[in-house]
Amino acid sequence: MKIKTENEVTLQFPSQSSNEGFIRSAVACFAAQMDPTLNELEDIKTAVSEAATNAIVHAYPDRIGKVTVKVRICTEQVLEITVRDYGRGIPDVEKARQPMFTTGGEERSGMGFTIMESFMDSLKVRSVAGRGTTVVMKKKIAPRIKR
Amino acid sequence: MDIRARDTDRELLLEFSGEMDHHGARNALKEVEIAIDAALPRSLILDFAGVTFMDSSGIALILRSQQRMQLMEGSVVLRNVPEQARRVLDAAGIGRLVSIQ
Repeated sequence: MKIKTENEVTLQFPSQSSNEGFIRSAVACFAAQMDPTLNELEDIKTAVSEAATNAIVHAYPDRIGKVTVKVRICTEQVLEITVRDYGRGIPDVEKARQPMFTTGGEERSGMGFTIMESFMDSLKVRSVAGRGTTVVMKKKIAPRIKR
Repeated sequence: MDIRARDTDRELLLEFSGEMDHHGARNALKEVEIAIDAALPRSLILDFAGVTFMDSSGIALILRSQQRMQLMEGSVVLRNVPEQARRVLDAAGIGRLVSIQ
């Protein structure tokens, strides 16, 4: 069965760290219509925070650039979140996804992708040097039994 | 992100409140280092009771604190870790490196 979009929203913001709180809360608010559990909602929030922070810290190390977050609610209770930047790109995606690997200095832990992977069902990362990075995460929200 | 420090008999208690993300943890990391260097504690207790959100920035803060305490052969204990933060720490396997109460 082809996955269809039931509802969607796109948010765009400048890569200022002060936007991190807003963007994860906004995505969680939108996802709330799927009736997720509190744990599922917090997992989504955490994964979005990691992806948005990566764009803010790594895509634009010395300037402010655009970050786009697209949230799609699909058939079969699937939530798809796409975080896209137009920055410098990741030279070696496979290496970047390894736990504890970071180029972000001592304020970063290198655990961002690991957390995205463990809190979402799937994670895809595409990156082109000088053109930007796209992170696509999916999570199936289990339907709750109607009382 | 706010930090309250209490220092008694070479035990340093740091109580965190607010959102521990990249934005919030930036200054927190410096504040923690300053507090450790001033108190030179044998044991460092990080209390997360007031933390409403944590992502991998919190992991960086914990690991940096632990490295600093290791230099002084001191210990680090995490206390009152809320459910959401606990899942972040578990995903990163932090429990194997630092003791969580």
